[in-house]
Amino acid sequence: MAKKEYAFYPGCSSQSKASASNYLTSVNSMCKTLDIKLTEIPDWNCCGASIGYAEGGELPRHVMNARNFALAEQHLPGQQVVATCAACWLGARETKERLDASAQLMADTNEALKEAGLHYKAEVEIRHMVEVLIEDFGYDALGKPVVKPLGGLKIAGYVGCQTNRPFGIAGESFENPMYLDKLVETLGAEPVANYEQKVTCCGGALAFSETEKSQAQIKNIVESAYDQGADLIVTPCPLCQANVEIYQEQINKRYGTKFNMPVTYYSQLMSVAYGGSTKDAGLDGQLIRAPKLEEIAKK
Amino acid sequence: MSDLNAQAVAKYRTNFLKEVEERVEEGEWVKMCMQCGVCSGSCPLGPYWAHPPQEIFMMIRAGRRDEVLTSDSMWMCTSCYNCIVRCPRKLPITHIMHGLANYAHRLGLAPKNQPTRVFATLFWNNLIRTGRVNELKLSLALYFKDGFKQGIQNALNMQKTGLGLMKAKRLNPFELFSGHGCKDKKGIAAMLKKAREIEASRKHFAN
Repeated sequence: MAKKEYAFYPGCSSQSKASASNYLTSVNSMCKTLDIKLTEIPDWNCCGASIGYAEGGELPRHVMNARNFALAEQHLPGQQVVATCAACWLGARETKERLDASAQLMADTNEALKEAGLHYKAEVEIRHMVEVLIEDFGYDALGKPVVKPLGGLKIAGYVGCQTNRPFGIAGESFENPMYLDKLVETLGAEPVANYEQKVTCCGGALAFSETEKSQAQIKNIVESAYDQGADLIVTPCPLCQANVEIYQEQINKRYGTKFNMPVTYYSQLMSVAYGGSTKDAGLDGQLIRAPKLEEIAKK
Repeated sequence: MSDLNAQAVAKYRTNFLKEVEERVEEGEWVKMCMQCGVCSGSCPLGPYWAHPPQEIFMMIRAGRRDEVLTSDSMWMCTSCYNCIVRCPRKLPITHIMHGLANYAHRLGLAPKNQPTRVFATLFWNNLIRTGRVNELKLSLALYFKDGFKQGIQNALNMQKTGLGLMKAKRLNPFELFSGHGCKDKKGIAAMLKKAREIEASRKHFAN
């Protein structure tokens, strides 16, 4: 039996050949080392993400999340639901809090769920993978399996918004969360101490609709990492990763910059530090490759 | 004027605050705003709001219904939640802005070609089709929203990125034909239909 078992909610972007498929690859590699067993919630659906509200409204959004809860309760009883995507986690937690706070909303949700033959018993707990790592394992335990310390790498911990606000990781401040820096240190790399853009918004879903405004945000995020001498940026959020990596090319065109800053997930760093190959860590899925990290992976 | 809007005007007359309290997500919080402006100063797209959140709250209380609901402002919310965690009175500002945008959209008062409104609509309709987001179809729908010619231009602009993502196995051209999805599409559709009905009745959209 695995050391820890969870019901897993991967989310749309982590599916095979989707924009964050390399996130899932590295999470699987990391979990193997830590002896974590993730069982996908059967037939899970989209959480509605941060942009679903406009057309979806309130109850339909909660019902979508509650369907996942009900499926988890039914098929994986007693297991906490773990999301790797920041938006999935946030959307699910939001729904859970609203339903817990309102008997009416709970009743309405279950009335709708009945149409899909489901019932939510309000027993699930929703967690982000980062919470699992920090709270169920702790930095010391996460450091133990390190076989290839990431020495010589300077890493900017870009926390972003949705794992940080409004819920955040217990014990962290909204304005200056330290968990990514501590994780980077645990893996033997040097965290950028004064990364002032660590909680700046990348524009989120508005990167698609308000491109110029979002790219101005992303420019600051990347520029500050360069100013602090970072070799790469690390983030816990699939949309942060995609936005900050993908749009560097357009930002270069727009602003005449020469950005080429790798943006990786925390799980990719962990996979490499735990002895994973470039492929195990999903580093072959980078649009902007991370040569220094790949070098360590190949050692 | 849409039927839904005419019905709302008849029902609430000059009491826009009451309308917001009854029909907008977390609307009952609006009266709690103390006008400090921390939300507006904390918003990453703050400079682009014609009326920043604290102004919107005051305008609701002043009954400036048309100005609020036809505003582009709420559509600037990136869902970063800065305003929520900094509000001294703990107003769920992000959700109120989402709620106002959703309500204005529903009544047909939101600006027609507001890009986030367009994208958000595409997004939801994309995800409810199979229960999961189809990223390729979503991107293409967004590129082609202003017609075929502009669509080709947009797609060409993103061509290098698209090919890069495909090479990195983060974009699947076959998603155009099949792609990921839930098995119980019928159940999802039925459950969402029911949810919309219940919401309409709770928010008095019918009477």
